[in-house]
Amino acid sequence: MEIGVIFAGFGGQGILLAGKVLAQAAMERGFEVTWLPSYGPEMRGGTANCTVVVADEPVGSPIVDRPQVLVAMNGPSLERFGPRVAPGGVIIFNSSLVAAPPNRRDVRILPLPMNEIAQELGEARAANMVGLGAVVKVLGLFPLEAVTEAMAKELGARGRERLLAVNRQALLRGFSLA
Amino acid sequence: MSVVKTEVPAGFVPVYTRPKSLSEKRFTYCPGCHHGIITRLVAEVIDELGIQERTVGVAPVGCAVFLYEFFRCDFAQAAHGRACAVATGIKRANPDLIVFTYQGDGDLAAIGTAETVHAANRGENITVIFVNNQIYGMTGGEMAPTTLPGMRTVTTPEGRDVRLTGYPLKMSEMLAQLDGPAYITRQAVFDVRHVQMTKKAILKAFRNQLEGKGFSLVEVVASCPTNLRITPAEGNRWVREQALKYFPLGDLKVRD
Amino acid sequence: MKVLMRGNEAMAEAAIRAGCRCYFCYPITPQGELVEYMARHLPRRGGVFLQAESEVAAINMVYGAAAAGVRTMTSSSSPGISLKMEGISYLAGARLPAVIVNVMRAGPGLGNIAPAQGDYFQATKGGGHGDYRLIVLAPSTVQEAAELVMLAFDLSDRYRVPAMILADGMLGQMMEPVELPEPIPLERIPPKPWALSGAKGRDPNVASSFDLDPHRFREILRALWDVYREIERNEVRWEEYETEDAELVLVAYGTMGRICKTVVRRARKEGLRVGLFRPITLWPFPSEPLRKLASRVPVFLTVELSAGQMWEDVRLSVEGRAKTPFYGELGGVVPTPDEILSEVKKHVGG
Ligand SMILES: Cc1ncc(C[n+]2csc(CCOP(=O)(O)OP(=O)(O)O)c2C)c(N)n1
Ligand code: SF4
Ligand SMILES: [Mg+2]
Repeated sequence: MEIGVIFAGFGGQGILLAGKVLAQAAMERGFEVTWLPSYGPEMRGGTANCTVVVADEPVGSPIVDRPQVLVAMNGPSLERFGPRVAPGGVIIFNSSLVAAPPNRRDVRILPLPMNEIAQELGEARAANMVGLGAVVKVLGLFPLEAVTEAMAKELGARGRERLLAVNRQALLRGFSLA
Repeated sequence: MSVVKTEVPAGFVPVYTRPKSLSEKRFTYCPGCHHGIITRLVAEVIDELGIQERTVGVAPVGCAVFLYEFFRCDFAQAAHGRACAVATGIKRANPDLIVFTYQGDGDLAAIGTAETVHAANRGENITVIFVNNQIYGMTGGEMAPTTLPGMRTVTTPEGRDVRLTGYPLKMSEMLAQLDGPAYITRQAVFDVRHVQMTKKAILKAFRNQLEGKGFSLVEVVASCPTNLRITPAEGNRWVREQALKYFPLGDLKVRD
Repeated sequence: MKVLMRGNEAMAEAAIRAGCRCYFCYPITPQGELVEYMARHLPRRGGVFLQAESEVAAINMVYGAAAAGVRTMTSSSSPGISLKMEGISYLAGARLPAVIVNVMRAGPGLGNIAPAQGDYFQATKGGGHGDYRLIVLAPSTVQEAAELVMLAFDLSDRYRVPAMILADGMLGQMMEPVELPEPIPLERIPPKPWALSGAKGRDPNVASSFDLDPHRFREILRALWDVYREIERNEVRWEEYETEDAELVLVAYGTMGRICKTVVRRARKEGLRVGLFRPITLWPFPSEPLRKLASRVPVFLTVELSAGQMWEDVRLSVEGRAKTPFYGELGGVVPTPDEILSEVKKHVGG
């Protein structure tokens, strides 16, 4: 088993963080995992993406040409990575920012109003966690607690209790909507 | 690289336009970065002197690396720190050209110190624009030779400790001691008055070259709001209240 | 306990655990995190972190610290490594141990900061002037990067030959779980009687690569090459994956090596008998094991992020016993497993 997940969106949407939390959770639950970010001028240009591979044997390619899961947090990311998703895979996209759903019939398409949900929770920056919650459900590899614990580790060090609580809510919303 | 398009609506008269020696490419600098102002001033001076077609620029390695995209002039992209040597080669090969370099503090005053000092000492007839933002902007905010004492950077996480890493390097003061240079000045662009003074200095530095007077350097004390994690307005204040303590403005050497 | 770490950070931590007490650097992408990690951690753990005014200065600081008998390291990426080449040649000539990390990016010139493998020749064939070699280790995972950094310090000390870690931007930037090796207590590091420690009660020690007498210098170099031959006998490392029944073996190192592992898995799923040979030491190059494999494998497809550099060593090893096609990408472009797989299919199973 080797599952590729791509998170993509604007810089500032917490794309890299969402991927990192997933990687951390997968590691804690005994999986092999690799997290590879986009870096350099691409990020200056305002876009960001990262690839997470979760596997039960040592990860081969850190580059994923046919992801099983895509989380597209904006339109350009959906356009860029949508066509690459493996048949039978899942496209989770941010319907708050993307008007038209991707034109594919061979994958499961999951629109999530990530920004609206985050705003309802009173923290615009939590949109990424809505996406991540949905990924956890779709993968079905480990319970949501694995991710809430990993997130607490990531954010806890930065001592933001309120943010933690809101993010937990956001994860849960994403998880239950998927 | 994205492009700037401006259309003048019918009935309007443009009073502030893009300098002719700039291309239509959008600057890649961060919002509020002083590089943007300084780059534009150089272009305005080239326009005013009418030398665009005989000017050759030398781009550094740093946030100004894309200078060759921004200008409508011939350009050489130099290895990190070597701009003054490359400029020397161009100027010696064809003295009719107007040759300028545009360099950051890491580029000019760390890795390129030797090239800069020796070009100045030879009185090389070139113009040097030196953007001193007290940090390595492009690589993500490491200490520069000009970083202020106590200033936190990613390589001085506890603040610059002068006992371990020395003091802000006063490159212009050093160069002013040499017999070679014709003009060494330090300016800033944190408010309109200073922007205008900087422009005058750049104009003089290019005129010097046209008149064959020799090496002219304009240091501009600047801010990098991105790596200092402050707003552009705070960046202006940073320069005025912090940086100028170590880098006082004014002419350091004028040979007439 | 496993921790999730970036390649750059794992290499920095491994160096500290290997007893590196002097680290000199000049910032460059994509190895910035290594520099930052050292800035944050090394001073607190009793070491020296110093940002030099250039790579030229940094490598010569390494020369000084190595001569003083301390475990020392510098790191950079391609353009910066070019500047270090003079110093590396002097380290090799003066028989000083040191570790140099190159997190490769695309060149020549300023190129870009995307991952590449265009510095293979520079690393394995000299790079600087003169007749010398470096021990060159090529990790493909973050775990292996940490282990090879520690090994690099040991080998470099044991043979008094500088060692280089040849990684690339992908490995530097990626995060993976790492089981960090236990720190080496400084007192366990073998003493260095040749170090410049003050000529008290002994004849002076000199760190030098200078000898005006060609005959005498020849003898010094002959002794050096005896050491290189010993390294070639003892230190060759490589990994073979699914080679037993392979009709085609991919030859790739570093991150390309692991990408090719995915290619092997996909090929096997389609019933193609494909394997992987991954050199871990690039110098000494695993020529013997590759030559042995060539007596039963008809095709070796070398895959690199370059126009074909290690490819030359593959061909020299195989010595015409098998076909040796090449597939590479330039400029920082990384081929996908499927792209490599379709290249594989041109040579096998048809
Ligand atoms: C030989 C070499 N070393 C290091 C680098 C990495 N590098 C790129 S820009 C830069 C420093 C930029 O700082 P500065 O010159 O102050 O320019 P700024 O971005 O602040 O304008 C460095 C170290 C390089 N490209 N080449
Ligand atoms: S990083 Fe700093 S110096 Fe570079 S463009 Fe941004 S604000 Fe300007
Ligand atoms: Mg700078």
